[in-house]
Amino acid sequence: MDGNGFGFPLPSQIADVPGAEGWRSMYQYFTRFQPEDDGRFWFHNAMHFPEPLPAFDTVTCEIPYGAIGANTARVFSFPTTLGIEHRILNGRVYITAIPVTDPAEIERRLAVFQERAGYYYENWDHLFTAWKAKMTALIGEIDAIKVPELPEIDDAEVVTSATGIAQNHYVRENYHRCLDLYSKMWHYHTEFLMLGYGAYVVFFEFCKKAFPEIGDQAVARMVAGIDVVMYRPDDELRQLARLAVETAVDDEFADGRAPAEVLTALAGRGAAGQRWLAAFEGARDPWFNVSTGDGFYHHHRSWNEDLTVPFAALPRYMRLVREGVPLSRPTEQLRTEREQIVGEYRGLLSSDEERAAFDQMLGLARLVFPYVEDHKFYCEHWFTTRFFAKIRDFGELLVRQGVLADVEDIFHLHHTEVDQALSDVMLAWAAGAPTLGAAHFGPIIAERRRMLEVLKGWPPPPAIGPVPEALNDPAVRMLWGVTAETLAMWAAAEDSDGQVIHGYAASPGVVEGVARVLRSVNEIGLIKDGEILVCAVTAPSWAPIFGKIKAAVSDIGGTMSHAAIVAREYGMPAVVGTGHASKLIKTGQIVRVDGDRGVVTVLQ
Amino acid sequence: MATQDLVRPIGDVGLDDRPVVGGKGASLGELSRAGLTVPAGFIVTARAFERAIRAVDPAGAVSTEIEQLPAADGAVIAQVTARIRERIAAAPLPADIAEAISASYRALADSQDHGRDSPVAIRSSATGEDSGGASFAGLQDTYLWVAGEQSVLDHVRKCWASLYNAESVSYRRQQRIGEQALAMGVVVQRMVEPRCAGVMFTCSPTTGDRSVIAIEGSWGLGSVLVSGEVTPDSYVVSKVTGEIVRRTVSAKLRLHQLNPAGSGTVPADVPEHLREQACLDDDQVRALARVGKLVERHYGTPQDIEWALTGSSGGGDRIVLLQSRPETVWSGRGSGPVATPKARPADHVFEQLSRVVPIARPER
Repeated sequence: MDGNGFGFPLPSQIADVPGAEGWRSMYQYFTRFQPEDDGRFWFHNAMHFPEPLPAFDTVTCEIPYGAIGANTARVFSFPTTLGIEHRILNGRVYITAIPVTDPAEIERRLAVFQERAGYYYENWDHLFTAWKAKMTALIGEIDAIKVPELPEIDDAEVVTSATGIAQNHYVRENYHRCLDLYSKMWHYHTEFLMLGYGAYVVFFEFCKKAFPEIGDQAVARMVAGIDVVMYRPDDELRQLARLAVETAVDDEFADGRAPAEVLTALAGRGAAGQRWLAAFEGARDPWFNVSTGDGFYHHHRSWNEDLTVPFAALPRYMRLVREGVPLSRPTEQLRTEREQIVGEYRGLLSSDEERAAFDQMLGLARLVFPYVEDHKFYCEHWFTTRFFAKIRDFGELLVRQGVLADVEDIFHLHHTEVDQALSDVMLAWAAGAPTLGAAHFGPIIAERRRMLEVLKGWPPPPAIGPVPEALNDPAVRMLWGVTAETLAMWAAAEDSDGQVIHGYAASPGVVEGVARVLRSVNEIGLIKDGEILVCAVTAPSWAPIFGKIKAAVSDIGGTMSHAAIVAREYGMPAVVGTGHASKLIKTGQIVRVDGDRGVVTVLQ
Repeated sequence: MATQDLVRPIGDVGLDDRPVVGGKGASLGELSRAGLTVPAGFIVTARAFERAIRAVDPAGAVSTEIEQLPAADGAVIAQVTARIRERIAAAPLPADIAEAISASYRALADSQDHGRDSPVAIRSSATGEDSGGASFAGLQDTYLWVAGEQSVLDHVRKCWASLYNAESVSYRRQQRIGEQALAMGVVVQRMVEPRCAGVMFTCSPTTGDRSVIAIEGSWGLGSVLVSGEVTPDSYVVSKVTGEIVRRTVSAKLRLHQLNPAGSGTVPADVPEHLREQACLDDDQVRALARVGKLVERHYGTPQDIEWALTGSSGGGDRIVLLQSRPETVWSGRGSGPVATPKARPADHVFEQLSRVVPIARPER
């Protein structure tokens, strides 16, 4: 018992996973739990980091938390919250938001916040338009980065343009440039994010007070956009499916046929085949720059890099087209429904004064929401998949130079270790000598690969440490769904027998079916038609498999988590934020998902 | 006195007729006018009541006696009211009133299978009742499965007498409601034998949320639920989206059914296979919610509705409304606005984000 009423274990009470005692060697010193951290509350960020983190992938917490904290604590001066701290434990990422509770300090911070946040809210639309241009330019920059090839004799241009700099210099500069651009991307990412969540929280809490029984999804539906960028990749697929049927080349798309084979066959199908291929190429850039995960792991490849994901969805869409099922989303109808819902809730308010406040809050929530909905495509998907592709190019350089055995090995080195390996390459090329890295890094990488496998089997507790008196951070509440209710639910689940699992009612409906527990995005090929997806977290780019499953259950996620949004879009029951479901449920078990009440029951 | 002064068909009255037919009768008439289904029947008017009482007590001694009763003395109230009730129930009805009731009953009976012994429900409909300000209902009696002319006449008298039961009188004394204007109508309605029945609030009974409809239902007659003998199935439906926000199916062990012997109702055990089964399917829940919404819209305030579902389980179920009255708990609770407009929309954010959000400790 920790004495704080919830009964979560303390960080220091958690033992190393047997067989992976050396996990700390993968991570930097500042990610380790300190003895005094036992005095604070941490929760497992299973939404972004459901799997043990490979060494390189720590950039996806180191850099984002550096940006998000700077935004809330230093740039906008959020009154009641500073930044987010992170720690790594047995390969899993635990985070905590640092609250501000001293009234005088809140007052002081508020004065700055009002001025700065006010500027953004007042200029939101044009700032967001400028943001999209900024992000697109940044993506252009990362794409333009060249990985030096280090030929035997350097390019003549070094001499004819008198640049004076040999290309081994650019090994480090360009690698650093990748990290620097990645860091800039995260600063852009957080530029509007917390302000967006803040505005949404205001509307959300108003609705919960005015209509205590309102479902989270009903609030979200009043705000949600209709033409959301994240739906675009899947919409493009539907259009490609329709085109294939219209031009009668759909016979080439058999279930399970390799994408390369399909593309070759289409090239031999005359004008119709060419027309489809041209449409396909048009859709790929940028819409197939969507991650198969949500951009926090190097193995979340884009559709462009792994066409099997979009191609797995095409045959089904083609069947639906042939059956005459309209595939396009009824946007006009959705828009009308949304306005009807707003009108009815508005009409139920007690006075014109209350309605005026409602209008202000809804207006602001809608103003910020396009950013909340669309930023992921630009940041986690488009930019991040290009970033990891570029790092992979450096991996190829290291393979060519004899430091690494396999391209993917680069992701088992910390970004500072990659720096060392590249120095090795730069020196060896300059000296005309062999690199020394293979002997050094070879055993380290083999051991890390092994440890990650062991760590995958460890069920991380959803929360550790004493629960604070206050939970002020709007992202913690809205995005991660960590509220007093979640904590009570997690605490209760710690001593439950796993038969009934509680979470958030993310999308209505009740179904029963066979569970399929997926531990990582790479396993999505295992899912069969009509199964119930159980996972730590889902991302919108999993959309094609949402066409196959009956219901979705996730360990973490709140109202605005992407699992919730996609499940609603697909009209299937979903329970999110269960904390434990992917550990308590086994593949093959029959489960009932009650998306009305947020309950998952293991039936057998 | 003309027959229509003594007896009025349900379909002929509306809310404005409250002084004549009482709250429940007026409300049923109003529902019927609004196009909703209520069991066919008629209302014995307040005028008929007044005439009958005057026949028993021409000098108005009863009113005077009651108005002098001490509100807090339950024993005295019980003693005095028992005597008054006996007097009313025993007195013969004036002939024209008896004939008006009998004729209406025969007309109702002729229109259905049971013929002359057609079973009816007899309910009080006090003129001060169901006014929204005070929860008057339930203090007078209701008689189910009354069959035959004589029995109907007897029960109408019993119903009048129930206005003088100890609870009603105590309530009037405590609320300082005068006896002079006191009158009651009596609703005589075709008996429905529901598959399941229950109540419906057009706002949340627990939070007052006006965006939801709360439905409770159980097998058989709704009286089992009102009397608290069963834990009903409960549903919460969003008025706005029509979604069933919450559903709880309970083990329903007891039911009330019409007495097979032919009069009144009897409790019974719910057959094993029905206990854990939801008494309403989703379509029925949504259909009930739609009806609830119509009723609320018609009245303009949240309603407390008694409903029944008649017909076979194989389909053809019909929603019948037995009563609707203004919800009194939350409607009267004037609460300030959740928020008021600010100079700039962003000011709401500044206020919210400077608030500390405490975490409640769980109870252990």
